[in-house]
Amino acid sequence: MHPILKLVVQRIALGLALLLAVSLVIFLGTEALPGDTAQAILGQSATPEALANLREKLGLNLPAHERYLNWLWAALHGDLGVALTNGVDIAQSIGQRLGNTLFLASCAAVISVPLAIGLGLVAARYNGRWPDKLISGITLTTISLPEFVAAYFVIYLLTQVFPLFQPVAMVFPGMGFWEKLQAVALPVIVLVMVVLAHMMRMTRAAILNVMQSAYIETAELKGLSPMQVIWRHALPNSIAPILSVVILNLAYLVVGVVVVEVVFSYNALGQYLVDHVTKRDLPVVQAVGLIFAGVYIALNILADVISIVANPRLRHPK
Amino acid sequence: MNAELDYLLKRATRGVMSRREFVGRASALGVSAAMANTMLASAARAQEPVKGGVLRAGVAGGESTNSLDPALAASDVPFMINRTWGETLVDVDANGAVEMRVAEEVSSNADATEWKFKIRAGVEYHGGGTVTAEDVVATLKRHTDEKSQSGALGIVQGISEMSFEGDMVTLKLAAGNADLPFLMADYHLVIQPGGGVANPADGNGTGAYKVVSNEPGVRAVFERFANYWDSSRGHADSVEVLSINDNTARTAAIQSGQVHLISRVDPKIVELLKGNTDIAIERAAGPGHYVFIMHCDKAPFDNNDLRMALKMAVNRQEMVDKILGGFGSPGNDFPINSAYPMFDSSIPQREYDAAAAAEFYKKSGHDGSPIVLQVAPGAFPGAVDAANLFAASANAAGIPLQIKLEPDDGYWSNVWNVAPFCASYWGGRPVQDQMYTTAYLSTADWNDTKFKDAKFDELLVAARGELDVAKRTAMYSEMANILRDTGGLICPMFNDWVEGRRAEVGGWVADPQGTLMNGTALSKCWLTA
Repeated sequence: MHPILKLVVQRIALGLALLLAVSLVIFLGTEALPGDTAQAILGQSATPEALANLREKLGLNLPAHERYLNWLWAALHGDLGVALTNGVDIAQSIGQRLGNTLFLASCAAVISVPLAIGLGLVAARYNGRWPDKLISGITLTTISLPEFVAAYFVIYLLTQVFPLFQPVAMVFPGMGFWEKLQAVALPVIVLVMVVLAHMMRMTRAAILNVMQSAYIETAELKGLSPMQVIWRHALPNSIAPILSVVILNLAYLVVGVVVVEVVFSYNALGQYLVDHVTKRDLPVVQAVGLIFAGVYIALNILADVISIVANPRLRHPK
Repeated sequence: MNAELDYLLKRATRGVMSRREFVGRASALGVSAAMANTMLASAARAQEPVKGGVLRAGVAGGESTNSLDPALAASDVPFMINRTWGETLVDVDANGAVEMRVAEEVSSNADATEWKFKIRAGVEYHGGGTVTAEDVVATLKRHTDEKSQSGALGIVQGISEMSFEGDMVTLKLAAGNADLPFLMADYHLVIQPGGGVANPADGNGTGAYKVVSNEPGVRAVFERFANYWDSSRGHADSVEVLSINDNTARTAAIQSGQVHLISRVDPKIVELLKGNTDIAIERAAGPGHYVFIMHCDKAPFDNNDLRMALKMAVNRQEMVDKILGGFGSPGNDFPINSAYPMFDSSIPQREYDAAAAAEFYKKSGHDGSPIVLQVAPGAFPGAVDAANLFAASANAAGIPLQIKLEPDDGYWSNVWNVAPFCASYWGGRPVQDQMYTTAYLSTADWNDTKFKDAKFDELLVAARGELDVAKRTAMYSEMANILRDTGGLICPMFNDWVEGRRAEVGGWVADPQGTLMNGTALSKCWLTA
């Protein structure tokens, strides 16, 4: 078997084992929350009989390990069950919201990744001079703002001072592509502001690191322009660290944007998860938690594989 | 008419400019005050409902765990959604009187133990068929079933027997209750076909709008129901409820015109919005109130002199000004205000009196150890600030009041109804009997002040069966005084509903009974532009 293929298979098997462990941790975590699901659903007005009825209906009186195995068995068969709180089919709600999450993440990624790498190249080219300082200054400012502050700032600027966009970014089935883009414009701007600096700084640092090498000096002595040197010789050799940071940020765009979702009332997975955690709605928490963990693990495997493929030393181990 | 006058007139009729301001500005243009008033009156008459358009409301308090089942509604968004597609037997109108909806007549026997509701003919469900007396009984029965998990369980439990004959529903009560029609206005008791037993969450009701789509915690879309029975409601072609929990986003949404109405405007930003000519701030003095509650059965609060000392040590007006931004009124240590029928306005307003507080405190013989008030930010908006104001004014009177900050998570299960002295809130009820029965009767589950007074209980039960309004008013007045002078409730303020309306929305009426015209804003308002 080709060593790379073997590595990919190994990583995927490890990832699946990790997912199983994560599902157990999520289960134990929700078990550890004070109060049970029946109490959380019925609230303060609950009578003991109503609580007992509901517990029985939801299967909460079974021992914990039995409930976990039941859930796991159903999940392996593609049945995520229904939400305990409102009886809505989980797979269906998640399907739509996952689509919204991925839509927002891809819009933000399509803008932020090329922009960050481009700015990183420019910053490296003009290292220590004003373009570098300007780019670093601006991106470090935007990453230093807490997300909700950045969001409020953008709302104020682009809906009140210059009324270009709408502050509430909900998207619905049946909306056209452009309509959707218009709706998510503000959260995308905020997310780009948040993830830009990390990727830009990494690109700049990786390139500057390579620029110390002897072969770069040779390239310069050949008479190549500084941008050509960076593009042809520095960038390909610093692609691995850049990509791993890019992928970490992509994972963040999928799983970590609940604050931005809340501020813009964007109907994606993060808000859905938080609502159900407060109601101790275990099947939903399990399902969404697994999706988030799956995305994170898959992207990390991808980062590993790409960095190995991109690096001849790792590709041909002695 | 010149253009500027025309412009002013439009603004005045839309409610963005006050009548007084209009007359003043018009006189600057050379129009006499009498003339200006006449113009305003005729322009207001021209404010006939306009049909058409899409009317949108941005409402706080929605979660993706919400359901269309009326029994389960607890927060503002499901309340608003259910009130838009469904109807109850009766409503409580903006003046606190019973308004007939699905029922067209209500009557009772002499001791208020048997009530008859005549069901209106030809009230159609969106899914076809008309409301029958059988549906009404089935609906009420569903809410009395513990399994339905209904929020109205406590309300319908007092009904001992339900029956129907033709278009007449008869409800027999275990004990007389003159307020039964008010209880039937509870927003959970939406009339559903077959009582909603088969499909409680299908959103099939008799309201002015039918549900087109509903994404819990995000948005509900409705279209006008062509066969709706009441022509005074249902003006816009379609209406939407958007769940916008973030204060800033909600405010920005009305400013940018993405929605036409919003709930819960933060009092702190009202001044900033006043400069915006497109938006009117609407307020209604409701029954909701913020409270500090003492357990009357636990030391040191089992001493009425100490309770009185703390009551005298609250600067109520300061709290109304600073915590509510002026959008409220001072409380008087009983949970009733002018939003309730049979309120006795002659009971003197309790004021901050450091000397009297110090005297009561001395008389109580308290040992001087700290009196601890437990509070969390989520107890009510501004709770921690209010507790600090309370501590400052109490300390000035020599009372060693201290604040203990608690986390929001678990506050309602670990602190409220458990700790002897904490901050809380009540949303109020449509009638006094219901408010007192819920929280001040000796045996009430939610008696969060552990207040037990035999005379008070006796009056409460007697008033419930009393149909003579004058006698009943006197009883409620006596109860209010008992609670005010011996209860464990410190009620510093009643909070107003503060809501936003864009100028192009017509038909708004201040309604103290609930948020956004008691949930009827989308059904009753219209778009003029």
